[in-house]
Amino acid sequence: MSTAAAGVAARVRPNPARLARRHGWTVGVYVLLLVLLLYWQTIPANWGSFDVQSLAIDALPLAFAAMAQSVVIISGGIDLSVGSLISLINVLSAKYMIDMSFRNALLFGLLLLVGSAAAGAFTGTLIVLSRVPDIVVTLAMLFVWAGLALEILQIPGGGAPQSYLQLGTGHWWSPWIPSGLMILLLAFAIFWLPLRWARPGLALYSVGSNRNAAYLSGVGVARTRIFAYALGGLFAGLAGLALSATSGIGDPNAGQYYTLNSVAAAVLGGVALVGGVGGLIGPIAAAFVVTLVKTILILKGVDQNWAQVIQGTLIIVVVMIGGLAIRQRART
Amino acid sequence: MSLLEARNVGKRYGPVVALESASLSVDAGEVHALLGANGAGKSTLVKILTGVIQRDGGTVELRGEPVRVSSPSRAARIGLAPVFQDPALVPDLTVAQNIRLTAVDVDAVRQRLREMDVDVDFTEQAGDVPLPLLRMIDLARAMARDPQLLLLDEITAALPSDLAERVFAVMEDWRRRGRSVLFITHRLAEVIAMCDRATVLRDGRDVGTLVPREIGERQIVEYMLGPEAATAEAHAAEVDETPLKGAAAAEAAATTLEVTDLRVGSLAGVSFSLRAGEILGVAALEGQGQNDLFAVLAGDRRAEGGEMSVTGKSLRPRHPYDAIRSGLVLVPADRLLALLPQRSVRENIAAPRYNRLGRWGPINPREERRRVASAIEALQIDTRAQRQVRRLSGGNQQKVTIARWLASGFQTLLCFDPTRGIDVGTKRQIYALLRRLADDGAAILFFSSELSEFPLVCDRVLTLFGGRITGELAGEGADEASLLRAMHGLVEEVAS
Repeated sequence: MSTAAAGVAARVRPNPARLARRHGWTVGVYVLLLVLLLYWQTIPANWGSFDVQSLAIDALPLAFAAMAQSVVIISGGIDLSVGSLISLINVLSAKYMIDMSFRNALLFGLLLLVGSAAAGAFTGTLIVLSRVPDIVVTLAMLFVWAGLALEILQIPGGGAPQSYLQLGTGHWWSPWIPSGLMILLLAFAIFWLPLRWARPGLALYSVGSNRNAAYLSGVGVARTRIFAYALGGLFAGLAGLALSATSGIGDPNAGQYYTLNSVAAAVLGGVALVGGVGGLIGPIAAAFVVTLVKTILILKGVDQNWAQVIQGTLIIVVVMIGGLAIRQRART
Repeated sequence: MSLLEARNVGKRYGPVVALESASLSVDAGEVHALLGANGAGKSTLVKILTGVIQRDGGTVELRGEPVRVSSPSRAARIGLAPVFQDPALVPDLTVAQNIRLTAVDVDAVRQRLREMDVDVDFTEQAGDVPLPLLRMIDLARAMARDPQLLLLDEITAALPSDLAERVFAVMEDWRRRGRSVLFITHRLAEVIAMCDRATVLRDGRDVGTLVPREIGERQIVEYMLGPEAATAEAHAAEVDETPLKGAAAAEAAATTLEVTDLRVGSLAGVSFSLRAGEILGVAALEGQGQNDLFAVLAGDRRAEGGEMSVTGKSLRPRHPYDAIRSGLVLVPADRLLALLPQRSVRENIAAPRYNRLGRWGPINPREERRRVASAIEALQIDTRAQRQVRRLSGGNQQKVTIARWLASGFQTLLCFDPTRGIDVGTKRQIYALLRRLADDGAAILFFSSELSEFPLVCDRVLTLFGGRITGELAGEGADEASLLRAMHGLVEEVAS
């Protein structure tokens, strides 16, 4: 592959200013996360591996939801149905997995992932064929998936085999390495990395950046948009499965939290709502930031309602600082 | 043998006919020009040939075989490679990623660019690459596919002359290798110099295929504009060629705009004055500071040093609003920067006027209609598609950008390449309009990428090189040779 080699060779040429320009936001989010982590571990009396695990448990579904949202936003869309699709997968898995063996539960989980990717593809196809704006179609799908979830499970219930729960709440090798975190990294490596620098990934960014230029470059725009929603659906499915594995039950309303928080995490993670800009690494960190802020505020005994105000303020401040940095750059 | 044969191709959008019925035949090994006034249907035909839009009627054959070009990628596979008016590069991807996106070999493109002696950083994001370079990359990418037919849609419009030369060299080379080029341009000199044959479109129909070298510029124009219009044009042209000077008036009038030692970006200290009733030209190669000069005067950028004053009052615009209030208004080359594409002609023309209205209370519709109507009248804007400005042809859009300022009133008009991508007939109307405005006491600063416009339009011409003024020529003396010399900073010629 001489072309790929040339691309790589070109990319490694050092240019600090440009590196800072392109990856500054992501680095900034990780610095913010690090600062929060350092502060957080000073608060509880005997902070330890247990706290790390509960953070991972709390953040895992949101991290997947943020990935789902980011993929769609990068391609120039927005998916308001992420939350209720998560609910749907959550109740389906909790309702049927409860009496299954570990092996069957895993297979059923895979089946649900396929189904959830298909659900995303369905939404995407609807958008492309109907030419109704993304926000309208996905808003409608929010109600559709939410209704189906309630039809399957009216009240929180169900469950999963203990061994399956271990996937979300256990740890690998050492108690400091939560298994949820490892599964997150694995999913990132399997479903995103191979795409990112290959043609499908480029197509995704190109469609979000300038649909007309992408079309003129020979990109199948409709196909790419449907693909983005399918990939988003897949990540939403992972979020739903993660939710059952970490909470142990199915709740038809649990997904609501993720609809707008996934957008918040994507934006906080450096994904521009206009499309074509950002990645998944930033939003993953942003999901942890959002969760960590909530945890810290609870530990500090801040009133729940004020905690929300503070969270909202944080999002505006971070995005504003990012925007200022971009404008500063444009001037020089 | 003919390579591409299009017969009676048509396209309509509802009641609007974009292309009535056009035929075109391109031979193997020829450079073929596609000519026509704005709105004649050239772009529509190219889009049909390259699969961007689908034709409603007619046939397209490639080497005698009927083809259905269903998408741009399909066009590329059968050997038709377009370079469009707007570069088809995705702004948020790097140049290298853009090339891989089209499944073209990056090294092949690099090789093509090296042959054209164009230096491009492939790791740069396309959005950060200057427009002329983007077009060269687009061209190299099209060539790397090694197509039978290159379709170049106004590629030279935004290119400085040195890059345009390299495009011509590519066209020559393509012909030598038995390949073909379909070349779309408004610059007839290029057509005569470069093209073997030309097909002329008028009002959505092909009106003839001719050999430009034999027939000459004047007759080509006649084909493009149609018999009646051409006679009228001939008269206008005669008037034009003896440039109307606002002579005496300009001498006596007070200085309107005074610029002293202005520095910003690549502009390294520029001073000049512009009088009421005068059209002052600014001639420069690409990137000599003209963009910065116009941006500062229009209030789009803040000066880093130096002074500006309008009728004696010092001016430091922090926002276009400040410049507009002082009577400095901009007509940019990219019309869509100035217009509200989804809104009507009327709203577009009236928009700048809203600045002067009281903050509250209704807009006086009768007054607005009157002013808009008189501006449309003065500029002869074709208002058949007036509900959305984006549906107008390029020339009519440009007229709307001027009409806005006409309706709201101004003192100094900053025209930055106002005729880019506009047909001959409309160009002449714009020259005449500028002169009329100047005679009525307006001061006009005029930049153009087409050197032949300066002697036609300007009273004086300044040349800019490396961010400094390198020469001043009288309008009549501003022929291409002396302009070019001064534009390269070769002579320090100051006409009295």
